[in-house]
Amino acid sequence: MTRTMALALGLAAAATAHAQDPNLARNLAATCANCHGTNGQVRGKEVKPLAGVSAEKILAQIADYKSGAQPATIMHQISKGYSDAQLKLIAEWFAAQKPAQ
Amino acid sequence: MNDTTISRRRVLGAGAAFGTLALAGCATSSSGPSIGRVVVVGGGFGGATAARYLKMWGGNVDVTLVERNTSFVSCPISNLVLGGYKQIAEVTRGYDGLKALGVKLVQGEVTAIDAAARTVKLADGSTLGYDRLIVSPGIDFMTEAVGGLGTPAAQAKFLHSWKAGAQTVALRRQIEAMPDGGVFAISIPKVPYRCPPGPYERACVVASYLQQAKPKSKVLVLDANPEVQSKKALFEKAFKDRYAGILEYRPNAELKEVDAAGGTARLEFEDVKADVLNVIPPQRAADLARSAGLVNVNNRWVGVNWLTMESTALPGVHVLGDATFPAPTMPKSAHMANQHAKVAAAAVIQLLKGEAVNATPVVMNTCYSFVSAREVIHVASVHQYDAANKTFQPVAGAGGVSAAANQVEARYALSWADNIWADALALA
Repeated sequence: MTRTMALALGLAAAATAHAQDPNLARNLAATCANCHGTNGQVRGKEVKPLAGVSAEKILAQIADYKSGAQPATIMHQISKGYSDAQLKLIAEWFAAQKPAQ
Repeated sequence: MNDTTISRRRVLGAGAAFGTLALAGCATSSSGPSIGRVVVVGGGFGGATAARYLKMWGGNVDVTLVERNTSFVSCPISNLVLGGYKQIAEVTRGYDGLKALGVKLVQGEVTAIDAAARTVKLADGSTLGYDRLIVSPGIDFMTEAVGGLGTPAAQAKFLHSWKAGAQTVALRRQIEAMPDGGVFAISIPKVPYRCPPGPYERACVVASYLQQAKPKSKVLVLDANPEVQSKKALFEKAFKDRYAGILEYRPNAELKEVDAAGGTARLEFEDVKADVLNVIPPQRAADLARSAGLVNVNNRWVGVNWLTMESTALPGVHVLGDATFPAPTMPKSAHMANQHAKVAAAAVIQLLKGEAVNATPVVMNTCYSFVSAREVIHVASVHQYDAANKTFQPVAGAGGVSAAANQVEARYALSWADNIWADALALA
């Protein structure tokens, strides 16, 4: 099987999975914590906070990274690894978190 | 028979066990009965993160973390200690955050796993029972692969500093004691090894220090591989632009033998004399994984089910991090161990509850490398689960490396470290 085919299957599965796993958004968002802090509550001033930021704002920012409208060091590369459905789940999950103190 | 059936039976078994071990449930602050006992072996990036996320996501789960060291010393950023740009204390953190979450810390060493009885045995003779075991053992060194490296004297002289801590401090002392005009040689094993860009970062950082402090000195990179194994163009550019005349890179230069008396490195066709010889030996899953029967790939690594991180050799035992046989292009990195831990924590909680596990996990990786005290390059990738092939696949068109070394990413690298340490250790 080609990588493209495998990926297409994987993404198709991802599109239906949130109905199966109630924790999918939480799990996907946890992949961001290494840079953006646990539950999006980032430490320090270098990286943009995500906790409590509206989903629309997060998704608009990601779209700008993907298109190149907003130059980035790394987020243009990482954001392309997630499907639109996954990014929406991630953004909505962060929007519902308490901002860092 | 499916996982759900097995898991339900185990939970019932666990409930019966609590009748005789009444204190098992006392460590948790949440109300209600415990969903089970999880023992985590190894408090590095993988194990600490697993313990933290089990508590954060699992609620009433009993978590015991067994770690041989009293504190957490980070390999990432530790190359800056070798350059004199950071102190070891700045890459060291404590386990108090995990304790505050109710994780039971046991300082000790696990010597055996009984997967049938669901117990681990510690060096002090005590045993711990579990419903699910998470092992994040890291790597150990194949010192037998390098002639002359088997003796304690040789290992004390030719440091690996590939586990951060005392070896990092000792290698820094060797570099500081080196005369101006001396040679620092670093031997890189054939892939796979822990942290693919790490040796090249180390060569750059040490060269940066020597350039300032001992400018007549040389850095000799003896790479067993045919070329630089990560961020190739960016490291080659750093070697050429920043360290021309001080750093020499030699591909296909596998270390065959060391001579402790003379400080000599024997390669296939020549002997190399170095004042400081940093030997990073070939690696395999840590000794515990071998003795416990977890190693089942190439006699070196642990095969896992990527949906749960459960070992393909021992049921009920989940293995994280550098010890695993990786999915395609998946690096052995601290960041990836942290991501493995989250997949495992989510799955273990679901298995304890008798629920289906997440069918579509995602993991991603970012590794920052310093090419000087102030400039950094990265490599990043995202890996989606591929159900047809039962593995993670890197997403084509995603990920990549820095356009060029830059100072902005040096700040991001330190911010990454601060955030991942806090994520793993529940730091305040």
